[in-house]
Amino acid sequence: MSTTVHTLLIVLVMAAVTQALRFLPFLAFSKNTPPLVLYLGRVLPYSIMGMLVVYCLRNTSLSSPGHGLPELISVLLAAGLHKWKHSMLLTILTSTVCYMLLVQKVFI
Amino acid sequence: MNKKTFRRAFQDSLPVMAGYVVIGIGYGVLLSAKGFSPWWALLMCVAIYAGSSQFVGVELMASGASLLSAALMALLVNARHLFYGISMVDSYRPLGKSKWYAAYALSDETYSLVCKAPALPEDIDRKGYILLVSFLDQLYWLCGSLLGALLGSILPFDSTGIDFAMTALFVSVLVEQWEQTKEHRPALFGLGLSLLCLLLFGADSFLIPAMLSITAVLLLSRRRLEGREAA
Repeated sequence: MSTTVHTLLIVLVMAAVTQALRFLPFLAFSKNTPPLVLYLGRVLPYSIMGMLVVYCLRNTSLSSPGHGLPELISVLLAAGLHKWKHSMLLTILTSTVCYMLLVQKVFI
Repeated sequence: MNKKTFRRAFQDSLPVMAGYVVIGIGYGVLLSAKGFSPWWALLMCVAIYAGSSQFVGVELMASGASLLSAALMALLVNARHLFYGISMVDSYRPLGKSKWYAAYALSDETYSLVCKAPALPEDIDRKGYILLVSFLDQLYWLCGSLLGALLGSILPFDSTGIDFAMTALFVSVLVEQWEQTKEHRPALFGLGLSLLCLLLFGADSFLIPAMLSITAVLLLSRRRLEGREAA
């Protein structure tokens, strides 16, 4: 199978799952949502965000020129800045520019 | 739709415009940095239309991930949409057929706006407001993403490290969630189990074990976590 077809299938699979999740409540359990589903709905978002952060940093290499320091510094900057200002835009712009400078200009 | 409804919907959507356009640009630039044309941005914004999973989708596409991991990832990352829908079933009922567009376009930011719709002044047309806010938000996201994808493919700049935009997005949501609750165990399970699976299975194959073990541990600790919630 060609790469383009596989990429297209990834998009379509993700789209199908996402839209199923969006339409299901309007098609099915509007009144009687199983308690287990409600429970997972409350706790899952917290766990998944933790997982996504690890996923983003999965290719961090300790043997790279920066030994993982660009990642560490930029994540701490993002977390600290967000705790302080609570502005998603400011957090994303500042820490991304910081990371890009670190990997392009500082640790090379 | 009356003019007042239009004005109100547009005004309320302005903060979303700022957020979606800028984050959309980041997403578009990332997409083109990974070698995908702007058509992919258009396709993903229409077919998926969910920020976090579109970011993750770029990674999955670039690394040629399996369809199973793509499906599981979309399921877990977007599980929250199920609950947005559940809480809107009643307020979207008067929309008739157009509720299917509103259901499809119910993103995080749109949800935060339509949640407040019942409290709007009497002279605002609820139906028009919900549809317009849903549409404007999707338009902002699409414009930002396309702009980013076009800029990224035209401007010859060194985009090394632009991937960090996605990390920063998730870190800021994590911080936000952390401050919303006193129960930090679900977040710590997510971080800890993913890290453990990363060490055990390696960067290319830790995702599925991580997702399965997180779900299992959450199900097993349901009584403890719900007990704490009720207290």
